[in-house]
Amino acid sequence: MSDKTATRESYGNALAELGEINPDVVVLDADLCESTKTVYFKKRFPDRFFDCGIAEANMVAVSAGLAACGKIPFCSSFAMFAAGRAFDQIRNAVGYPHLNVKIGATHAGITVGEDGATHQCLEDIGIMRTIPGMTIINPADDTEARAAVFAAAKFDGPVYMRFGRYAVPVIFDRATYKFEIGKGVLLTEGRDVTVIATGIMVDAALTAASLLKTRGISAEVIDIHTIKPIDRNLIIASAAKTGAVVTAEEHNIIGGLGSAVCEVLSESRPTPVIRVGTEDKFGRSGKVPPLLEMYGLTAGNIVEKAVRAIALKK
Amino acid sequence: MNDEKLSYLRTIANKIRINAVKAVYYANSGHPGGSLSIADMLAYLFFEEMNIDPGDPKKADRDRFVLSKGHCAPAYYSALALRGFFGVDELKGFRSVDSRLQGHPDMKNIPGVDMSTGSLGMGISAACGMALAGRDKYRVYTVLGDGECQEGEVWEAAMFAAHYRLDNLVAMVDFNGLQIGGKITDVMNPTPFDKKFEAFGWYAQVIDGHNIEEIANALENAKQMKGKPSVIICKTVKGKGVSFMENNAKWHGSAPNEEQYKQAMKELGGECDV
Repeated sequence: MSDKTATRESYGNALAELGEINPDVVVLDADLCESTKTVYFKKRFPDRFFDCGIAEANMVAVSAGLAACGKIPFCSSFAMFAAGRAFDQIRNAVGYPHLNVKIGATHAGITVGEDGATHQCLEDIGIMRTIPGMTIINPADDTEARAAVFAAAKFDGPVYMRFGRYAVPVIFDRATYKFEIGKGVLLTEGRDVTVIATGIMVDAALTAASLLKTRGISAEVIDIHTIKPIDRNLIIASAAKTGAVVTAEEHNIIGGLGSAVCEVLSESRPTPVIRVGTEDKFGRSGKVPPLLEMYGLTAGNIVEKAVRAIALKK
Repeated sequence: MNDEKLSYLRTIANKIRINAVKAVYYANSGHPGGSLSIADMLAYLFFEEMNIDPGDPKKADRDRFVLSKGHCAPAYYSALALRGFFGVDELKGFRSVDSRLQGHPDMKNIPGVDMSTGSLGMGISAACGMALAGRDKYRVYTVLGDGECQEGEVWEAAMFAAHYRLDNLVAMVDFNGLQIGGKITDVMNPTPFDKKFEAFGWYAQVIDGHNIEEIANALENAKQMKGKPSVIICKTVKGKGVSFMENNAKWHGSAPNEEQYKQAMKELGGECDV
C-alpha cells in the first residue's frame, strides 16, 4: 500500500463517523479545527461542536465538566498547546478524577515542519506518561489512527491521542487490522535485534528491517501504538528472544517510548537498548525530509543503532 | 422569605461555620478564613436553592455545584455533611490519611462532590462544561475566590460562558478582599469584578454575601435572566463569625490552636469538645 495520509486527517474523518454512531460524542477545539481536522465533525454536527477560541486551558477543563455530566468530549489542539499549556488542567481536572475526556493532540513532533521549534512538541508523551491512569496512543498510520479514535470512544477514562500533520504511508489494511488498546503489534519476526517503534517511525522501522536483512541481520519489528499502558509481555518476550533492542520515536529520547521500554526491560529482562529519537534538542524550521535526516529519524539511523545494540550483547 | 426560614438558614450557616472550624482544628491544617466567608452562600445553595438529593447523590437531573476555590473544602464538606450526604462525625477526619475527606474536593470518593477542584481557575471552566451539558435540564453553581480571579483561566471561562449564552450558570465571587499574601488590591488588583464580568457579557449583581435575603434575591434574579450567565459578587468578611479571624489574611490557611479553638466555639456557639 503506497497511499499516504496524515493521521490528523484520519482523526478528523473518524470523529465525523463516530458522531453518527454515538450521540454523546462532542468535539471541542481551540481555533484550529481546519488544521486539527475536527472541522469535518463541525460540518456534520454543528450543535455538538464547540470552538473555545485560543484558550486551551479552559477548553480542557470545560471538557472535564462535560465528561462529568455524561458526554464524551474529544478536545483538540496542537500537541504543544494541549499537553504543554494545559498540563495542569489535564492533570487535575481530567486525570485526578479520571474523567472520560479524550485529548486529540495533532501536529505532534518534528514533522510540523516549517513552523519550527515552538510548534514541534517533542515532550508530550513524557509529560502525559507521568499522569496516573492516563492512556497514551500514538498511531502509526491512517488505519491505526482511525481505529484508535473508535477504541478511545469505547474506553472509559482519559486518553491522550497523538496525531501528525505530515502525510505518512498507510501500513495496515483497514479490512483486517485489529486494534486493541495496550496491545502492541508484532509486524515482522526476527532473531538478532528487536526494533520497537511508534507513530511515524513504524514505517521507518519496517524499512530498516529490510535494510538489515540485506546485511544478514534478522530484525523483529514491533509497533507500540499504546505507550501507556505499555505491552510489557510483548516487549519482554521479544527482548528475551533477540537480546538487543532499538526504540524509535518522533519524540525526545527522554521520557517517551525509549524510556518506557527501558523501564520495562531494566526491571524485568535487562537487555541493551539504544534509543532513536530527537536527542534532547529543540526542533527547527524546515521541510520534513531534511528535518528527519537532521534529527536522525530515519531508517538509516535505526540500522546503525541496531548494529550497535547487537554489539552490546554479552 | 418568611422569618422562620430565614432563621433556619442562618442557623445552618452558623453550623457550617462551627463544623468548618472544627474540621480545620482537628486536621491542624486547612483554610478557615475563606470557609467562614462562604458559609452563608453555601447554606442557601445547599438547603434552599439547589435540586439535590442526599439519598441519590448522582441523580441525573440534579443541579451541580463546583467549589472553584477548592481550598474552602471545610465549609463545603460541612454543608454536605449537614445536608446528609455523609456523617457529620466524618468531618473530624478531614485531611487525615485514612479519611476520604481530602484537603481539596475529590469527586471520586466524596458523596455530593460534583467536581474535583483545588488548582485555581479550573472550577469555573468545569462548571461551564456542566452548564453546556445541562442546558435546559439543570442549573450549575460555582463559588470563586476573589484572589482566584487573578487566574487567566477565569476570564477564558468568562468569555466561554457568555459566548455560549450559559444562562443556567451562576458564579458567586467570594469578595472578602484578602488572599494568602494580603489584600487582593495590593497583591494584584482584580477589581472591579462587576464591570469586568459585565464587559465579558455577564449579568452582574453585587450583594452582601452574608445576607441570606440578598443571596436569595440575587439567585432569583439570575434565574430570570435569559441568554446570559450570571455572576453574583458577594461582599464578605474573611473569617466571618470568629472575631480574631475576621479581616486577617493570616487565617487564610492556618489552623487555630486549642485556646483559639475554644474561643472560636464560644463565639459561634458551638459545642467545645476539648
